[in-house]
Amino acid sequence: MAIVFQKPSTLTDAPMHYCPGCTHGIVHRLVAQALEELGAEGRAVGVASVGCSVMCYDYFSCDMVQAPHGRAQAVATGLKRARPENVVFTYQGDGDLAAIGTAETVHAATRGENITVIFINNAIYGMTGGQMAPTSLPGQVTQTTPYGRDTNTAGYPVKVCEMLSTLDGVALAQRVTVNNVKNVNIARKAIKKAFQNQLDGKGYSIVEVLSTCPTNWGLSPVEALRWLEDNMLPYYPLGVYKDVEGGVKK
Amino acid sequence: MKVLMKGNEALAEAAIRAGCRHFFGYPITPQTELAAYMSKRMPKIGGTYLQAESEVAAINMVLGASAAGVRAMTSSSSPGVSLKGEGISYMAGSDLPALIINVQRGGPGLGGIQPSQADYWQATKATGHGDFHILVLAPSTVQEMVDLVSDAFDLADQYRMPAMILADGMLGQMMEPVSLPEEAGKPLPAKEWAASGHQGARPHHIINSLYLTPDKLEQLVQDRFARYEQIKQKEQRAEEYLTDDADVVVVAYGASSRVARGAVNKAREQGLKVGLVRPITLWPFPVDALRKAASHAKAMLVVEMSMGQMVDDVKLAVECKTPVHFFGRTGGMIPTPAEVLEQIEKLV
Repeated sequence: MAIVFQKPSTLTDAPMHYCPGCTHGIVHRLVAQALEELGAEGRAVGVASVGCSVMCYDYFSCDMVQAPHGRAQAVATGLKRARPENVVFTYQGDGDLAAIGTAETVHAATRGENITVIFINNAIYGMTGGQMAPTSLPGQVTQTTPYGRDTNTAGYPVKVCEMLSTLDGVALAQRVTVNNVKNVNIARKAIKKAFQNQLDGKGYSIVEVLSTCPTNWGLSPVEALRWLEDNMLPYYPLGVYKDVEGGVKK
Repeated sequence: MKVLMKGNEALAEAAIRAGCRHFFGYPITPQTELAAYMSKRMPKIGGTYLQAESEVAAINMVLGASAAGVRAMTSSSSPGVSLKGEGISYMAGSDLPALIINVQRGGPGLGGIQPSQADYWQATKATGHGDFHILVLAPSTVQEMVDLVSDAFDLADQYRMPAMILADGMLGQMMEPVSLPEEAGKPLPAKEWAASGHQGARPHHIINSLYLTPDKLEQLVQDRFARYEQIKQKEQRAEEYLTDDADVVVVAYGASSRVARGAVNKAREQGLKVGLVRPITLWPFPVDALRKAASHAKAMLVVEMSMGQMVDDVKLAVECKTPVHFFGRTGGMIPTPAEVLEQIEKLV
């Protein structure tokens, strides 16, 4: 029988631990597919961050380094500066990238580090059991905002693509989601572009993927997709926030 | 040929000559000249000087560069080293070599900017969380700073663990004549374990410190401690100065050992039988040299620029068979040879 569809070679055979309905699996596939299509697997080095996706070092078949919480882009900076010929990416959640790692994120971006950042925004801390994230929505109920996120005391969500697009070092900042086939295709192209930018030496590229966490949202997989569409998409508009055609490196 | 160099600059040049091309740091007094020297030299030799957004970021950049398989380093002073503790623990847990330089100043907190040895506990007991050690080398001259930087890189690579040069503001700021080793004098060790891209030629490498299965983690830590035991056997270093007939043995490292040596010399002029053991490795602690010196001494005197952080290690080394006394100044104050001599005279 002819093979018409299979998983990318850049994914290992290890069974993933993600919950039913979690979108990490889709995004892993898109990252792996981009590396495969660009022929970059052999010189790719990924940085796993603390959170649900930390064990992605077992799922991607390229070399992998696990970073302390929030420090993925500092670790990626070291990896890239040591071996500029390698294709270096981070895979980070919202707590990692936009709370404990905000400084590392902003400064890797403003330096225009020639790396690719995959940012999973699911508006909650998944691994630790559903606490408020920097990206939790106003009014969102989490384990640590049991009465809903009160912006008077807990502040407002961090809009990462909007914030980073103000920095001169950023070559690409795009927000996508993977709630349907059309959007998966847009996400696939954005992720591939973020890697192509690195191969072309264009500088810092980030793709923010609005994602679901059915387990910690307390919803079924289908309900979770609907919640994302009804609540996250209006607050976090999809689109290209910055795209510098010629890159940011002189 | 000897050149006159400041301690901080000598550390930097020695690192470059030891094959380090990747420096990540953050400004802090009194190690400033080290980073400034790197920012001048590295671009000229195809290396990386990167001023990070924080000490935390800098040590994690070192982690990344080390994971990629190159010699990488950072330098800082006491408050900044506290921030590096996270990355040092992760590197220890990932079996990554690196060089961390601490040009100590007074603490705790923001403390002061004058020379101090108050980070001994931090360096030798708890640079970060978890069961681990790092190698700690303590130079006492600018020449020794040069020599130990090279040794620290070699030992870190050999044992796959972070190494620290524990200096202080006095050594960092002083100028002395040094002879520098040849640049690229020897080939660097191969690092087959590195995350350098598998090129389709081998299974993927994972540089990791996460082990959720307790028996696996226990085994890894036990394996690491077996390696530490080997290091304790093989890598202890200390200078023994006039200890053969000494009734009183002064124990001091780094800057305070310079003061102690002066006091020992003055005591000898008075005909007192006094010697000095100068630990060069603080971890592994030079237990053998101390035991030997204590075997015929009537008293030991530990001299430090702290409240006596090394005293317990000396007591443990000599198994409390010889009385161990202490004299120290702290907060950036430096003991004088006369003060130390006064303490020695009380013990003879």
